[in-house]
Amino acid sequence: MGKITDLLFKDIHVEDGLSACINCGTCTAICPAAGFYHYSPREIVDTVQSKNELKIIDLLKSEQIWYCGECMSCKTRCPRNNTPGMIIIALRSLSQELGYFTESEKGRQQLAVKRIIGEAILNKGYCVHIDQIETGLHPEQGPVWDWFKENVEQVHERLGTAYKKNTAGVMRNIAQEDLDELDKIFEVTGAHDRFRKIEEFSKQKARDLRIEFDKGIDEYFLHVYQSNCGKHY
Amino acid sequence: MIEEGKEKVWKDYQKEIAEDNYFYARSCIRQNFFPGSEVAFLRILKELGKNLFDDPRHTTCTGIAYHSDIVPFDTTMTVVARHFALMTEAGLKNFVPSCITSFGIYTEVLELWRHHPEIEQKIKENLLKATGRTFEKPENLAHSSDIIYKFRNEIANKSKYRLVNKETGKPLRVVEHIGCHYSKMFPEKGVGGAEYPLVLTGMVQAWGGEVIDYPERRQCCGFGFRQYIVQANRGYSVACSKKKFESMAPYKPDLILTNCPGCPYFLDRWQYVVSEMEGVTYGENNGGIPVFTYEELAGMVLGYNPWDLGLQLHQVPVEPVLDKIGVQYKKEDKYKGVNGKDLGRPESPSCLKI
Repeated sequence: MGKITDLLFKDIHVEDGLSACINCGTCTAICPAAGFYHYSPREIVDTVQSKNELKIIDLLKSEQIWYCGECMSCKTRCPRNNTPGMIIIALRSLSQELGYFTESEKGRQQLAVKRIIGEAILNKGYCVHIDQIETGLHPEQGPVWDWFKENVEQVHERLGTAYKKNTAGVMRNIAQEDLDELDKIFEVTGAHDRFRKIEEFSKQKARDLRIEFDKGIDEYFLHVYQSNCGKHY
Repeated sequence: MIEEGKEKVWKDYQKEIAEDNYFYARSCIRQNFFPGSEVAFLRILKELGKNLFDDPRHTTCTGIAYHSDIVPFDTTMTVVARHFALMTEAGLKNFVPSCITSFGIYTEVLELWRHHPEIEQKIKENLLKATGRTFEKPENLAHSSDIIYKFRNEIANKSKYRLVNKETGKPLRVVEHIGCHYSKMFPEKGVGGAEYPLVLTGMVQAWGGEVIDYPERRQCCGFGFRQYIVQANRGYSVACSKKKFESMAPYKPDLILTNCPGCPYFLDRWQYVVSEMEGVTYGENNGGIPVFTYEELAGMVLGYNPWDLGLQLHQVPVEPVLDKIGVQYKKEDKYKGVNGKDLGRPESPSCLKI
């Protein structure tokens, strides 16, 4: 087994998610992503199962591994009790560890995900937080959201929440000592290391593409957040 | 499937749900988009005489980060372990997450540790090193919709309204939408399993409504984590919801009921987007199909003020359902703050009737 294949098969998601796939295609039949993208979880699992080092490297650099929505519908129906969605988690993890994610349009989006979700977690203790949601990036939220944002304190007061309060309750402020514990967990368990890799590999790619790279919603962020070549379907 | 067959499936997928003394784990998405729902959940449990601990030290479980792959699994497992430590420190054993993604993660982690005790040991060491905390695993894990399901008959007994059309006397027709991570990964951990989940159906039936079966009943709402978070991917998300709307619309549902925090947001907002993009609406009289969380629906049948429940934050108006049931409410209070303060009102969509 090649070095990268070996790394992939050490991931618990592969160990627990793959047991002699019979290539029946049930996962592809039930998969929401397969109904939208040129995507087949059956083919992905078959490639992983082949343990072909070159094909697996191609997969790690591909668009396909980023199409899955991780709804895990595949788990329910697989007659072998395999979970292609979990194998996807392992492939994406390795793609980021090795820097291959910047080779695909969909993979490059990880920089935006890290800056939106990752930084909300560390700054606020929430995966998303109303104060950090840029309405301009979310036109689908509709006029009711604009009204909510404009009146956020009064609406929360009306609903009896703990918004911006240092108490228990809905949308409370998470105390600094609790954020510090999250930060320490991120350091001990490798999340900070992954964040650094996402930033560093993305910076290299931005240089290759001659796109300005800084932090927050910079030119490269908007590039990966909005680019769609239209060839994914 | 004939009713007897469903009942047999449901008997195979009954889970134990603790009676009292809950450690509550809040949801990032529900707090942001349906803040009134978590307020209502605590009010309902208080009125049922149940003890619930709401710990301000609790944080995100990192679920959206895990399923959009920016954090390693070890990170998520260690944050989960910290939440178990907070529960342990509170002297509690019954863990109740509000989020379906979180529920799926807690279930996955506990199952993984059961099969791989060496991983549990590693996470214990991680947590101790990072925070100095230790933990016991919960004796009972139930989603907050499981708790409402468990007490659905008590809620029915206290209810002011039934899910019945006051003009026709017929049950309201309800689409129930179960969050994927409730039972698709571990069917035996959800009430009724993955194919015929009973958790929301049980509520609807106890409160007088009728559940609709339709072809895309188990289709994902389309959140897809990175598929929604990143603007370039949102076609995936809206297409999944649209597939559901087109499948359910011929059955003329009065409302959609959900148990995941994300699903009601997408099923509500994507109706607005489809109406803006294509001029298509799926409800009566150019309106949408109103979407409810189970806390909102429980609060509504209990007679809570709709605007205390936060129903004014829906893009698809809920008034058609309130009017059918005969809920007494003041239209003019919808967009008011405390003490009747005028907060203006949202602009009207160009197509969706409000």
